[in-house]
Amino acid sequence: MNTWMAFVIGGLYAAGLYMMMRRSIVKLIIGLALLSHAANLLIFTVGGLTRGRPPLIAAGETSLAAPFADPIPQALVLTAIVISFGVLAFALVLVHRTHQTVGTDDLDNLKATDT
Amino acid sequence: MNVLLVLPILIPLVTAAVSLLAWRRPRWQRWLGIGGAAALLAASLALLESVRNGGIQTAQMGDWPAPFGITLVADLFSAIMVVMAGLVGFAVVVYSTATVDHRRESFGYYPLLHILLMGVCGAFLTGDIFNLYVWFEVMLIASFVLLALGGEREQLEGAFKYVTLNLMSSALFLAAVGILYGVAGTLNMADLARKLPQVEQSGLVTTLAMLFLVAFGIKAAAFPLFFWLPASYHTPPVAVSALFAGLLTKVGVYALIRVFTLLFTQEVSYTHTLILAVAGLTMVTGVLGAMAQNEFRRILSFHIVSQIGYMLMGLGLFTVAGLAGSIFYIMHHIIVKTNLFLISGVANHFRGTYQLKELGGLYRAYPGLAVLFLIPALSLAGVPPLSGFFAKLGLLQAGLATGQYAIVATALGVSLLTLISMTKIWAEAFWKPAAAPSVDPPAAGTGTPQDPSQHDPPKGSLALFAPVVVLAVLTLTMGLVAEPFVGLAIQAAHQLMNPAGYIEAVLGGRP
Amino acid sequence: MSSLILRTATRLLKPLMLFFSVFVLLRGHNEPGGGFAGGLMAAAAFALYTITFDVPSARSALRIDPHNLVGAGLLLAAISGGISLLQGRPFLTGQWIALPVPGVGEVALGTVLLFDTGVYMVVLGVTLLIIWSLAEE
Repeated sequence: MNTWMAFVIGGLYAAGLYMMMRRSIVKLIIGLALLSHAANLLIFTVGGLTRGRPPLIAAGETSLAAPFADPIPQALVLTAIVISFGVLAFALVLVHRTHQTVGTDDLDNLKATDT
Repeated sequence: MNVLLVLPILIPLVTAAVSLLAWRRPRWQRWLGIGGAAALLAASLALLESVRNGGIQTAQMGDWPAPFGITLVADLFSAIMVVMAGLVGFAVVVYSTATVDHRRESFGYYPLLHILLMGVCGAFLTGDIFNLYVWFEVMLIASFVLLALGGEREQLEGAFKYVTLNLMSSALFLAAVGILYGVAGTLNMADLARKLPQVEQSGLVTTLAMLFLVAFGIKAAAFPLFFWLPASYHTPPVAVSALFAGLLTKVGVYALIRVFTLLFTQEVSYTHTLILAVAGLTMVTGVLGAMAQNEFRRILSFHIVSQIGYMLMGLGLFTVAGLAGSIFYIMHHIIVKTNLFLISGVANHFRGTYQLKELGGLYRAYPGLAVLFLIPALSLAGVPPLSGFFAKLGLLQAGLATGQYAIVATALGVSLLTLISMTKIWAEAFWKPAAAPSVDPPAAGTGTPQDPSQHDPPKGSLALFAPVVVLAVLTLTMGLVAEPFVGLAIQAAHQLMNPAGYIEAVLGGRP
Repeated sequence: MSSLILRTATRLLKPLMLFFSVFVLLRGHNEPGGGFAGGLMAAAAFALYTITFDVPSARSALRIDPHNLVGAGLLLAAISGGISLLQGRPFLTGQWIALPVPGVGEVALGTVLLFDTGVYMVVLGVTLLIIWSLAEE
């Protein structure tokens, strides 16, 4: 399982970086989204994958029985997803406004402020 | 439990919330903004006082005990940084009332500014590495909107680069935090400091350190990751530029110093030598970039990059004297750099341009402004007896003490180039006779700005000059009466170099 | 869009979705759900309304300026954390009161619910701000 996840994460990072290096600003945003997904899956995998054992204390018990899924990576991923939702929504508005104002979706035409 | 720890986060939050409720009333938002920033400054000073007297302060959010819940920690370094945030926030809010146009004001300028301040203060105060990520994002989202607010072409282009590179940095930071949790099984920084030395795969820990170095290096605009900064900082209204210049990169530097004094101290000979090299290269590239520019704010932007090098130099030396130098340098830099940006805005207010070619004759027309420029400009270059002199002196002494002669020579050379660059602004903008008559004749303080976006700022010249004067006086004070400030920096550096006190304060006697 | 089917369906679906969003918000107390999911669901209701009719009518259907909604939500969250400060406990500590409700018995009301309601309002407000600023061309 972990090996497969490693491949998936690596593939997501590669795809994200590839998209970011294209010249279109829309693909740039897609690339950023893929990067954040890759990071989320990475947290999830590195935190240890345990299937089918939610960290819930069974009725009548006072502590958790040994193999259980660590809830912290899940909480981290949840927070990161919420944040990336907000950031990407903003980035989308930014792309839209840039396209309206500059009239291009080519990053090579956005060099007026470079030094 | 110390209420003062929560206040620097709570005050901007409440200010922003109430300002949002007064959405249709920009005038109320303006006064709310000033009031909130003043309250933040007062609270931060009280926090510094309480840390100075009572040692490291901690607060457990939601009453969850230390390694499990989120802890807010204020050691001297954090408290100093929060005070700086309060100071810059207050100066910039006051200055904004005179320079930011009504359109931006009615699109939530003041609430965004306070959310930014909340993110900055939260990042300085948190004791949890994932929480640090969250505060970074709060700060970033607010800064994205502030940067793009107004929607001019230049702004959007600048914002694009800023957003992309900062989001990449966030993704790296997030991945690093995830792996860190996988390796050490905790996110509380004090707990991490205890557990990381016991991790068997020390190579993995060093790799993580490098991931953090890259992630924070982008935020701090260190070589070779600084390209977003000079491409974006000169595009928004000058008050926003000044706020960003004063605070945002310094949050990256703060995070670097915190992480590389508390967590990653296992392979100092490798990591901190690398930081030292990065510091030197950052200094040189920044100042060379500045020499090539001909626009007021672009020159200043490149100087930010160059100065980041000095701040990292103390961290790279990794001695009490070096860190004390870095901390003093950060204090000095935040005040001086904010002030220089504000002054460039005043010049723009009078002449309607930032281009050095079109400026000129400012000394003849406004000798007061010229003096106000000279104080921070000379301080930036490190001329005695101003604050920059003592900041650089401290760093150079620390460098000589550890025998790092190469970095000392670099720092001295860059200092000289900084002076040349400041002289260039002085000669072009202030001393040179006024440019072509197309510029409006200066009508004593009411020059019409030509930038169409800045049509209707309320003409409060008190709000325009008061922050500049106050910051200049602070620069002078830090130079003439340097001792208490240096003492504070040395104390803070002692706390950083002896993390046992920090760990003890957060975790108590917990095993 | 002026499809009769969509318009009729939206009229029926919007109140249902809003009702369900409040249900999710309250359910989040002890089970999956909560302010974020509920807020998104409410935003989806208004997004559907925006697609069917247009932005101005969706704005008037919301009645409140979304900026005010965000401000009120943030304030509510801050207050919910501040209540424990007033009682001398650390910021954000959950405080509870038992509220006797006739017919149900005692219902435990906590500051956590207040916080979640704040999140609900902030999420609804921010999402609508983004959606409307994209839709308003």
